[in-house]
Amino acid sequence: MSHPLGEYELVIGLETHVQLKTATKLFCGCATRFGAEPNSQVCPICTGMPGMLPVLNRHAYELGVRAALALHCEIAPFTKFDRKNYFYPDLPKSYQISQFDVPISKNGWLEAAGEGHTVRVRIHRAHLEEDAGKLLHPESPVGRADYSLVDFNRSGVPLLEIVTEPDLTTPADAHAYLTELKQVLQYTGISDCDMEKGSLRCDANVSVRLRGATVLGTKTEIKNLNSFKFIVKALEHESERQIRVLEGGGRVVQETRLWDPVVGETRVMRSKEEAHDYRSFPDPDLQPFVITAEEVERIRRTLPEMPAARRRRFVESSGLTERDAEILTADRAIADYFEACAALHAAPKLLANWVIGELRKEMNERHLEAESLAEKLPPARLVELARLVEDGKITRLVGKDVLAEVLTSGAAAGRIVADKGLAQIADAGALEPLVDKVIAANGKTVADYRAGKKPALAALIGQVMRETKGKANAPLVTKLLQDRLGA
Amino acid sequence: MQVDSALVHHVADLARLGLTPEDQERYIAEMGRILGYVEKLNELNVDGVEPLVHPFDARNVFRSDEVRPCPDREEALANAPDRSEMFFRVPKVIE
Repeated sequence: MSHPLGEYELVIGLETHVQLKTATKLFCGCATRFGAEPNSQVCPICTGMPGMLPVLNRHAYELGVRAALALHCEIAPFTKFDRKNYFYPDLPKSYQISQFDVPISKNGWLEAAGEGHTVRVRIHRAHLEEDAGKLLHPESPVGRADYSLVDFNRSGVPLLEIVTEPDLTTPADAHAYLTELKQVLQYTGISDCDMEKGSLRCDANVSVRLRGATVLGTKTEIKNLNSFKFIVKALEHESERQIRVLEGGGRVVQETRLWDPVVGETRVMRSKEEAHDYRSFPDPDLQPFVITAEEVERIRRTLPEMPAARRRRFVESSGLTERDAEILTADRAIADYFEACAALHAAPKLLANWVIGELRKEMNERHLEAESLAEKLPPARLVELARLVEDGKITRLVGKDVLAEVLTSGAAAGRIVADKGLAQIADAGALEPLVDKVIAANGKTVADYRAGKKPALAALIGQVMRETKGKANAPLVTKLLQDRLGA
Repeated sequence: MQVDSALVHHVADLARLGLTPEDQERYIAEMGRILGYVEKLNELNVDGVEPLVHPFDARNVFRSDEVRPCPDREEALANAPDRSEMFFRVPKVIE
């Protein structure tokens, strides 16, 4: 078997930061609303004023535990917070409150659907920490200004850092893991994982080694990976770069590299020689936290069915294809909607076609959020429409228009069909004059068909359908045309 | 622990302190005395003793996830050495 990396193999570990879905920050009551005016959601605590006292947000802690349980982690019965010390202008206290030696959870795993195989990744740990502020580097008319600006709205926003073991071996597997992680976190209501808003960020640790080697190669850390696409590209680029270094007789230097999406390369950000000495120690402002096994179980019971289990169930008990199940479960609200519809209808596959096909298209065009779908189109409405098509009351083509009309007007499909006269025409007597008209008007196509060009028939069927605005029963039209033209 | 000029220099560097040669000499002596004093603790047998992470016994001091009004931005910016409109302003930092 040939490998894209030749005799080398790639070893990847990912550190993902997700913003927890809370109303307030980790240690103070400031709002976490995205897009607020600069420095409008700040207080003495999150700007590190002397004498401030942080108090942990209970909801953030529970979301952290919930995420850890969804990732099959062990929950620490005793946990604490530490100060990670470094100087940077986005860090007002000159330390970040994080968790050093006793994180809220460790030793979990996640299974993701890779390309033709299951990707199993061990989770090393998941811990809570606060975000830093945001730095801006304004441009002046003569290039970069000689100052930077700081907005502390993000400072103190609750993050969960999820660290994997170095179990990933291809960029595609890394992508599969992140896709699954994102789905799980969205399903469980832990984070909205919106990369554009910075609520999911990823750093990658990458090394290469000769295939079969037992010792890990020297790793580099890549930062600034703000889309899944960039992560794949950066991993590809970085592994190739390291192999080139080794092949050229050099050594990989342990360093932090930054992905530059414009150039499509990673470049050095800082080397280990300048690495930080964080001098972590327990934060005396925060007393430790304990959780009982009963409380852990209480939180575990609130977990919904995970996307992987749901996919499996859709395939096994609803008879959907893997692909259909994947699309339907990608968004929990869509999956919930589909299930609400399927509960009213015996043929899930037919409903899946509606949801995956026409409905998703309409949602895109109308910028309709999955969360508000059930309100806009109650499941019973979609099921009614599907039945009209299945029972032959309307054609599938007309059904698409009716769906759009149901969404626009909110009226029932049956009402729209009656009011607009959209019922299917399956009466030969009504269709024959139209068939004759189309044959008379399309001499050349008719001749082609008679000369043996069978596809010409489709064009004639299309003409009849147009004449009836899609209402004609297609099999009947086909039969009438074939009879007239002598099949 | 041996306190020498390299260690003092490293610690000063981490704390962003500029030391004069005289400061440095003084800190070598002072830090050496302080650490020597603390090292006395190593004489104790602490087998089986859990490390103390906090001197008080309180556990699970939480607040609820309720938004509290933030002080006025002007108040937050009032303490800044430098500002620019709605932002804190700092010397240029480029990664």
